[in-house]
Amino acid sequence: MTYELKFDVERGDFETAGLASRKIKKTLQQLGINNKTIRQVSIAGYEGEMNLAIHSDGGYISLMVLDGELVLVIEDTGPGIPDIALAMQEGYSTAGDEVREMGFGAGMGLPNMRNNSDAFEINSEPGVGTRIEMHFNTKT
Amino acid sequence: MKVSDLCKKDEFTCLNPEVGLDGEILNGYAGDLLSWVMANAKAGSAWVTIQTHVNIVAVATLLEMACIIIPEGAEIEESALERAILEDVPIIATKLNAYEVCRVLAKAGI
Repeated sequence: MTYELKFDVERGDFETAGLASRKIKKTLQQLGINNKTIRQVSIAGYEGEMNLAIHSDGGYISLMVLDGELVLVIEDTGPGIPDIALAMQEGYSTAGDEVREMGFGAGMGLPNMRNNSDAFEINSEPGVGTRIEMHFNTKT
Repeated sequence: MKVSDLCKKDEFTCLNPEVGLDGEILNGYAGDLLSWVMANAKAGSAWVTIQTHVNIVAVATLLEMACIIIPEGAEIEESALERAILEDVPIIATKLNAYEVCRVLAKAGI
């Protein structure tokens, strides 16, 4: 069984950001995926969406449902991440004051994605963009 | 304790009573950093936050929280309330501060 969902997310789109994760969650519920995995994908997806809205010049979030695993991809065009190791540290954030006042920019987004996925890969090129691929096992 | 039981208390007002209030409050969580909340809050939480924008509804929905409690009389944004109605997330307002809200929840056995 293969199933794919894809949603575009624009920079600064805080009003609708979160909707893609919500739709992904609903789909996974309909497919009968276990609750723990749904929670992990929801958290990782939401963090990805927020990163697109906060940091990128626009991008997409996609979910592939494969036999035994889910693959979540967050890809954008934008400034990229010059130092990925630093960006992966909990508490490190480059978010501006305006979004911090909204409760974003805790420096937990990338760590939350890594901690909730079974495999996590991030590639980024400064001035070009960033691609994150996460895998979640669904075999119980 | 059900969400409806909390709404019956004098200090609390449900801002969108048209949503289902039968959800059970299993635990409480207080926090305003959304990623931190995403990482740590549990399903069934009564979440106390001073954030009032639409993204709190996304967080509450994804984590299957029981309700959001807005303390200290902070005014919730209209777009957030509209989304909360769509997503069936109870939003409860109170003049109590976050600590006092947690005391009420604790007294109720949560």
